[in-house]
Amino acid sequence: MRIEGRGLVDRGQTLGFRFDGRDYVGHPGDTLASALLANGVRLIGRSFKYHRPRGVLTAGAEEPNALVEILEEGQHTPNVRATVQELYQGLAARSQNRFPSLGFDLLAVNDLAAPFLSVGFYYKTFMWPRHFWEGLYEPLIRRAAGLGTLSKRHDEADYEKAFAFCDLLVIGAGPAGLAAALEAGRAGADVILCDEDARMGGRLLSETLTLDDAPAVDWVMAALAELAALPNVRLMPRTTVTGAYDQGTFGALERVGLHLHLPARPHLPRECFWRIVARRAILAAGALERPIAFQNNDRPGIMLASAVRSYLNRYGVTPGRRVTVFANNDEARRTAHDLMAAGVPVAAIIDSRPHSSAVEDCPVYTGAAVIDSRGRRGLSQITVRHGGGISMIETDCLAVSGGWNPTLHLTSHMGGRPLWNEALAGFVPAPNAVPGLAPAGAAAGVMSTAGCLASGQRAAREVLEALGRKAPGLPLPAAEDAPYVIEPLWSVPGTGGRWARAWLDFANDVTVKDVGLAARENFASVEHMKRYTTQGMAPDQGKNSNVAALAVLADATGRTIAETGTTTFRPPYTPVSIAAIGAGGRGAGFAPQRLLTSHQASVERGAPMIEAGLWYRPSYFPRPGEATWRDACDREVRMVRGAVGVCDVSTLGKIDIQGADAARFLDLVYANTFSTLPVGRVRYGLMLREDGHVMDDGTTARLGEAHYLTTTTTAAAGQVMRHLDFVHQAFCADWDLRFISVTESWAQIAVAGPKARALLASVLDTMPDLPFMGCAGVGVQGVKGRLFRISFSGELGYEIAVPARYGEALFRDLLARAETMGGGAYGMEALNVLRIEKGLLTHAEIHGRVTAFDVGMERMLGAKDCIGKGPSRRPGLLGPDREQMVGLRPLDPEQALSSGAHLFVPGETVERVNDQGYTTSACWSPTLNSWLALGFLKDGRARHGQTLRLVDHLRGIDVLCEVCDPVFHDREGGKLRA
Amino acid sequence: MRLTCPLCGPRDRREFYYYGADDYLHRPAPDAPPAAWDDYLHNRDNPAGMLRDLWYHEAGCGQWLAVSRNTVSHDITAVECVAPLRPARKKAVRNED
Amino acid sequence: MPELIAKTPLSGLWPVTHGALSLSEVVYDSILSLAPFAGQEKVLTKALKPLGLAFPAPNTLAVSGVARIVWTGRDQAFLINAPLATPSAAITDQSDGWAGLRLEGPMAAEALMRLVPIDLRSSAFPPGSAARAPLNHMNAVVMRLESGFEVMVFRSMARSAWTEIAETMQRVAARQALR
Repeated sequence: MRIEGRGLVDRGQTLGFRFDGRDYVGHPGDTLASALLANGVRLIGRSFKYHRPRGVLTAGAEEPNALVEILEEGQHTPNVRATVQELYQGLAARSQNRFPSLGFDLLAVNDLAAPFLSVGFYYKTFMWPRHFWEGLYEPLIRRAAGLGTLSKRHDEADYEKAFAFCDLLVIGAGPAGLAAALEAGRAGADVILCDEDARMGGRLLSETLTLDDAPAVDWVMAALAELAALPNVRLMPRTTVTGAYDQGTFGALERVGLHLHLPARPHLPRECFWRIVARRAILAAGALERPIAFQNNDRPGIMLASAVRSYLNRYGVTPGRRVTVFANNDEARRTAHDLMAAGVPVAAIIDSRPHSSAVEDCPVYTGAAVIDSRGRRGLSQITVRHGGGISMIETDCLAVSGGWNPTLHLTSHMGGRPLWNEALAGFVPAPNAVPGLAPAGAAAGVMSTAGCLASGQRAAREVLEALGRKAPGLPLPAAEDAPYVIEPLWSVPGTGGRWARAWLDFANDVTVKDVGLAARENFASVEHMKRYTTQGMAPDQGKNSNVAALAVLADATGRTIAETGTTTFRPPYTPVSIAAIGAGGRGAGFAPQRLLTSHQASVERGAPMIEAGLWYRPSYFPRPGEATWRDACDREVRMVRGAVGVCDVSTLGKIDIQGADAARFLDLVYANTFSTLPVGRVRYGLMLREDGHVMDDGTTARLGEAHYLTTTTTAAAGQVMRHLDFVHQAFCADWDLRFISVTESWAQIAVAGPKARALLASVLDTMPDLPFMGCAGVGVQGVKGRLFRISFSGELGYEIAVPARYGEALFRDLLARAETMGGGAYGMEALNVLRIEKGLLTHAEIHGRVTAFDVGMERMLGAKDCIGKGPSRRPGLLGPDREQMVGLRPLDPEQALSSGAHLFVPGETVERVNDQGYTTSACWSPTLNSWLALGFLKDGRARHGQTLRLVDHLRGIDVLCEVCDPVFHDREGGKLRA
Repeated sequence: MRLTCPLCGPRDRREFYYYGADDYLHRPAPDAPPAAWDDYLHNRDNPAGMLRDLWYHEAGCGQWLAVSRNTVSHDITAVECVAPLRPARKKAVRNED
Repeated sequence: MPELIAKTPLSGLWPVTHGALSLSEVVYDSILSLAPFAGQEKVLTKALKPLGLAFPAPNTLAVSGVARIVWTGRDQAFLINAPLATPSAAITDQSDGWAGLRLEGPMAAEALMRLVPIDLRSSAFPPGSAARAPLNHMNAVVMRLESGFEVMVFRSMARSAWTEIAETMQRVAARQALR
């Protein structure tokens, strides 16, 4: 019900909205919760486990009950807290966790079965019979579990991530935060002020306090106007700082366009996840009020005393027509005062403290407690136990306050343990829990308005001093400075009993009795109790139940609260959508796409692209009449072997190495020797890791006396660069040596096949007479290029490099010419077949567990030292027990082989103990008309000619093979030297 | 987490590649016995406290850095270039304050 | 014999504008990497003098007419739009290895700070600043000139970089429209 003349909502405008299919009206400035309460809607959801009727408990982000689904066109968002969701025109929401309707919920039978659903029920009940678990129990539990539903459609909306930097991050824009931001902002510091609320001001928006004898809201408006005008201050409303991380990094979730208006604006991100780097931070996140546990304390209509004030003073709504206040502290009496001032009848104040004041304009019961409540879908009556006996009070709203917990969650994110403060009956942040972050105001346990303002200003002054800035020292407004007087009351004694339940954790339905049971079953550590009872594990993470629960646990285990301690708060403070954390990473944004200069030309020819690292390379080039990739691949292989093929190999890493010590450096990083390589020649090189295993291979050309060009495999280019940088900087930084990647500078195209020379001669200005493994500078239609006579196919082969800007033109030109010669383009599939036929390595073979010995190249390691040499000779890395690289051919050439298959001696059982080795690559060879495989076999080099069984259970392959040399094609290498 | 690269300045952890403890800087002689290589390659302390380890500024300047940090408090006390910088420059800088 | 046609890394893409932000390709005449050999720094500085440039300090760039020199790493700088021949430094031609993207407009820093994890506001990154930093997952050289930002990424990733920046501009512009 609205109260005239109260609140900050804009009564001049109305907003239509819908909840569970019924239409309502609210105003700008409302939350969904305030608008529902204004319309008299009290029942908003069903609880998780018992499906108990629930209403609004709080007026903030800590809400455990009022979780709803927001419906949008085709999409819906579950678990939205109605207490923070701003109202907008056309908002549609529905309640959760009920079937078929909120008013009549079938699973409410759980509530009747509650004695059997006590804590630990899953663990105790679903143990036997064992085989029931998969078929019956798990599906049943899964159906009952979970809160809200998903649309199961892709979220196509925009999300954003962003980085921000500041001198001072102020977290929370209540009195302490505003005072801090003003002080630091006026001093010229670079300030970011974040607040999770759409409207800044914190509790000052919800109280009838005055600052300098004017309404507190006036001061808030003036402060915000001043801050907004300062160029060095950035105001970030709707932004929750969710985590504190090392070296002053904070995570923050900004709700940008999320559920702000309809229709959603194009490209406006729903949310933005900020990484804020702050030299200093002030935690002015305030405090959260906590309820008191008593029997049936979870009915709609029972809410926090501060929330009642928020709805009254900020939204102009009274949650009840006849309100009762139940508290253990002075502050909650403001609720009664504000209600009465607004003309709302207050039935009584029930103060648990025996010696508290009884002088009010309404009945006061001191030393009293609420012991039960009634009302099926909402509160109608409470039972009060007091000095004079037991009374029933008719009331439709009970405002409860068990005191306040400082919002110290961020101070725990780096392992800080909060400290128990007896006077506050609450935990306060441990000092220096997060380096550079200072709690201020209520978050630091300062509970008066004047205290909060001063605390915020003081924290800012300390920051300014650390930053070397002068504090402006402007006076603060005069404000209330009442002492905070509280006597702890966590749960009302004597309301237990077999059927009685007093709720601690509303979201996860954890009662006082559950915590007691956990203690009796020896889950006495607070962390164990949490996991056993699920207390604090719901979306609200127990923001208003943790402290009471551990107080009950302390009582049950005969310890103090300080001894019991608290569970660890971890990021995020409130839930963060994965979409926001992973913003930009969807679809093509997942990783950059590296495209060859020939990409478009390959796509035009219908080549499917295959990913190689970040690169996209053509898989094969289909021609009319070819039904499968194999048809194209076989043709391309025959084309290279019979005529000429063209393949873009620009993806290979290229590193330019210069300097007087370049040769010496290559000798150190490669197993073999490059100082002896003549200028104008190319040599194959094997690079070892420091542990003696093969890291990579490639060719290196000597372009000049002190100038080399080394190539890496496509996949390992980054790793090799990192390795070279390490070896250089760690072991020989004083050598005269410079190197840099030139991978992207050159388009490099392989031309392979008997007609390769003829094709190149038609393109080059002058065709040099290069020997095998020779290189030279060439002119390509006037463009300066490089020609290398190297081969990865076993045929006469060249690689021609031109500056990348000419790559596409050269590729198209070579292709057109090759096609007139019976040749054409070949893709990755054919390239792989060609190299398997020739027994050449890729990372399928040098997969990280093989040594130079394993691949038959140990003789490359000469007398000189090199990275990996010493460890490559360790025991166990040499000798017949090693799996050595071999070739494999099926006895029946038509029988398919696979990579990843294992090798066994025929007659022995196929099990691990008999494993002789495995295959790494396999293909159909159109050249040899047989399936071929490469693999590693124990003592393989001594076993050529033996017959082995190749088994691949995954693909149903079981084939007899002959072991042979890994080079299947042109073993003498005559074709290379043609 | 942030590291202050002696060349680039304070940077986010995402720019760095992690290698391991700085034992990798102390390469045994080529003919050292297998035990020395095992120590170099595999055997590591796991201190609760100060550790010096190696990071590569992969998305930045390509420097290998030796980072002195506390594994308990996460405090970073020094970030140094593995390769000594030219004498004109400071050898080590404190991490950002 | 047909001549080889040169293509820029972002050929076929026209400048885009969203709100007050505009993105276009920058084509550099040449990019040379300069890495002075041990003890040759002074000789290199002398060789650069006729160009009105000096070897840059870390995280900076200098402009002289159309020529520019940009710090790109330890003992390494890119000389843009100027020739140089000197035995004092290892020189490689990087002209074809990089794509240049120019981002202009009053919100350019805010837009780039959605992709680059460093402080690019003019207080921390004024004109004359240069940084090696990632642009999302791409290694990049970020430069600030009087006219705005220029970002260099590997040629092969140019289109990914373009798309990511353009989409970011759209989102920033949509936020601006909200105000």
